[in-house]
Amino acid sequence: MIDFSVFVFYAFAAVLLAAGAGVIVSRNPVHAALWLVLAFFSGSGLWMLLEAEFLAISLVLVYVGAVMVLFLFVVMMLDINLDRLREGFWRYFPVGGLVALLMVGELVLASLSKNFATMGRNLPAAPADYSNTRELGMLLYTQYLYPFELAAVILLVAIVAAIALTLRRRTNTKYQNPAQQVRVKRADRVRMVDIASGETAE
Amino acid sequence: MPDLQSLLTVAGQVLHHPLVWTLLKIVLIVLPLLGAVAYLTLAERKVIGYMQVRLGPNRVGPLGLLQPIADALKLMTKEIVVPSDANSVLFVLAPVMIIMPAMAAWAVLPFSPDLVLANVDAGLLYVMAITSMGVYGVVVAGWASNSKYAFLGAMRSAAQIVAYEIAMGFALVGVLVMSHSLNLIDIVRAQQGPLGLFNWNIVPLFPLFLVYLISGVAETNRAPFDVAEGESEIVAGFHVEYSGMTFAVFFLAEYANMILVAALTSIMFLGGWLSPLDHIPFTDIALLPSGMPWLLLKTAGVLFLFLWFRATFPRYRYDQIMRLGWKVFIPIALVWLLVVATLMQAPLRHLPIINIWFH
Repeated sequence: MIDFSVFVFYAFAAVLLAAGAGVIVSRNPVHAALWLVLAFFSGSGLWMLLEAEFLAISLVLVYVGAVMVLFLFVVMMLDINLDRLREGFWRYFPVGGLVALLMVGELVLASLSKNFATMGRNLPAAPADYSNTRELGMLLYTQYLYPFELAAVILLVAIVAAIALTLRRRTNTKYQNPAQQVRVKRADRVRMVDIASGETAE
Repeated sequence: MPDLQSLLTVAGQVLHHPLVWTLLKIVLIVLPLLGAVAYLTLAERKVIGYMQVRLGPNRVGPLGLLQPIADALKLMTKEIVVPSDANSVLFVLAPVMIIMPAMAAWAVLPFSPDLVLANVDAGLLYVMAITSMGVYGVVVAGWASNSKYAFLGAMRSAAQIVAYEIAMGFALVGVLVMSHSLNLIDIVRAQQGPLGLFNWNIVPLFPLFLVYLISGVAETNRAPFDVAEGESEIVAGFHVEYSGMTFAVFFLAEYANMILVAALTSIMFLGGWLSPLDHIPFTDIALLPSGMPWLLLKTAGVLFLFLWFRATFPRYRYDQIMRLGWKVFIPIALVWLLVVATLMQAPLRHLPIINIWFH
């Protein structure tokens, strides 16, 4: 009888492969995006199996919970012409096929090397109070502080650049200023008029 | 024929098999949850009824107590209509995708110090990751229905949930900073202190509590943030094409999510299972000691707020929702996070008044 974790590994790996195939095979881009979500989720399951809980959960949180939602959002609203996308498939096939073959070859070479086979075997068992998150945080904010901060700054610059590139100033838009709306007084809006009563038009 | 004794031992062995035992525990959480969902719908109609000087449902059973059962029976016997040009697989899958996270998040919720299905170290992260998946149900439902109203509802909902999730996440980062842990049990334990309820996170993190609670209302698409449904503009939003049991699942998921957000608010900010009467002499003998009843009471209290909001506030306009999320809540959460982080620094946290909360 096989070990339960081995069974779980193969289950997640099979789903991951099937979902990956689904991403490139499905004709509908929305389906492809949903397959990709499934692929991320299975990948996160595999990481969980490797006891990398923090990474596994952040993968779901960031990619499934935020990035793919926006992706789906865009894909749903785009008017994608499938026939146009499929044009020239056979023309580019030799180049694409060559790249794919190279990648497969590299993966096979890497996994056949003797370093790969022994990699996970002599890891020390984690102590009972070991916290993946704490260790990662410790490393990120001490040893790798500068690369970490650098990455953050690059991301910030990218955000500012993306906004600056797409921002268009329109002069004729109407907008409300809530602060102004809140500060409004009765006297600004209502004019009390004294109308003499009791007179009739004659 | 085996005697009763051996039959019982076999039954005991089967029961104690980890798979069976865990399944049993899951059922023990999910069944009461579904019951609570059913009766929350009744509570909502009753509460809103009384707030509007009506009686609410009072025909089915004594005091209308059997109303949820009648509703469930009605929905189960109705026909499920699949629109002719709908994407039928995704159309049926969408309700499943929305109720799954609402249920799965309960796996790590601690009901009392030793009553939790899975005591996960990164429990807070797990909850955030799982609840962030609920939006797929809404988006897929809106898209698969092949209806413009449903699609508009889905788009609104996706944008709203993504916006408020950021504010919610920052509020939870504040909780995490306070308790030095992602484990939900440790988060509650960190709120235990000599001052009773003044040690709860709601006091030092009050702005974050407000941000979390209001973002929670927005995340669950509840009034006054229910533009994804918006009866007056887009009929029923993302679930306009759903009928019968598929509609019922959307309905269930909304209420299950409400209960989840209420329970999380209680755990993160209101001291979870801790009794507010701790450290007040003699009260814990006469009244409830710390434990699950307190968590349920607090959850019910927060749920009442949800119903109260619905009866009180008119629906937000869409651009106002976006403004509130991006321009108000995220800055508030960030500033308060900075304040908390500053107060946690070594020279400051030894001052007696700051020492009460930040240690």
